Amino acid sequence: MNSFFVMVGSDDTLLFENQVINNGKAASLASVGLSSGMDKADQKDVLTHFVLFSALDVVDEEMWRTQNMFLRKVDKFEEWEVSAFVTAGNIRFLILHDARNDDGIRTFFTRVYDLYMKMALNPFYKLNSPITSPSFAAKVRALADEHL
Amino acid sequence: MVGLSSFSYLFSELIRHSQSRVTAIGPLEAKLDAAGFQVGARMVDLISLREKSGKREVKLKNVLVLIQTSVFRTLFGKSADALAQYSSDDAEEYHIVDNEPLVNRYISVPRDMSDLNCGAFVAGIVKGVLAGAGFPAEVVAHNTPDDDGRYPYCTTYQVRVTAVDVRAREK
Repeated sequence: MNSFFVMVGSDDTLLFENQVINNGKAASLASVGLSSGMDKADQKDVLTHFVLFSALDVVDEEMWRTQNMFLRKVDKFEEWEVSAFVTAGNIRFLILHDARNDDGIRTFFTRVYDLYMKMALNPFYKLNSPITSPSFAAKVRALADEHL
Repeated sequence: MVGLSSFSYLFSELIRHSQSRVTAIGPLEAKLDAAGFQVGARMVDLISLREKSGKREVKLKNVLVLIQTSVFRTLFGKSADALAQYSSDDAEEYHIVDNEPLVNRYISVPRDMSDLNCGAFVAGIVKGVLAGAGFPAEVVAHNTPDDDGRYPYCTTYQVRVTAVDVRAREK
């Protein structure tokens, strides 16, 4: 399945993003993108962020109604769905995806949460700052390959 | 687990380092508070992963109980001695009481600085946990020695949540 994964800090900054595109269907998201002078890749990026961040509003309401971290599907856009996960420290994980796979996504979120915690416990990591570690990115990609 | 002697040595150096950069008690406490905040903000996720198996706390009272029990137990080896709610019109106010704060065990405060409470570090931790859990609060450490002198270093952490949207969520 195609997916766009983002981590959003408790102050709404973008911490990390990862894209997995397995087939040409991802282009359909670009085709409804803004008709400006941007090339296809840029349009998709803008639209992806737009859809994901608008889903944040839903997450911000939903997260105070349940103690669960995994919120399942919170929003949809055309044939794309947004699934969300909120950590105890209110870091939001969002995935924009085109196929139903609750169990895989839940496992992926949980494993990424473990990875995030290992990194956040490093006192040299400033909380809510973008994650630039290449090894973190590589591990998230490996998890995405395995579970999504 | 860290030895008490190592911790006390490190903590006294933290105070000495902070003190050499300020001239008054207020800013010194602010520095200790900021250092504690970083600890607290990381503790939220850590405790949840270790003890709560994937549950978040969404009510202020529950977060405070979590601080009184799990957070204090993890950091200091024992729960805080009391958690009490105080009625206040403009805030949700709670007091967390620690009769024998670990951080103050080997700290002798000079007489001319008697207002200083190095529990400001712990107040920062409490503030960090609350902020991480989505309940931004003011937390202040007060010296509250009991009358018969059994707990001369007894410290009360005063927690006040004033943000309107947070209080509305509690209703």
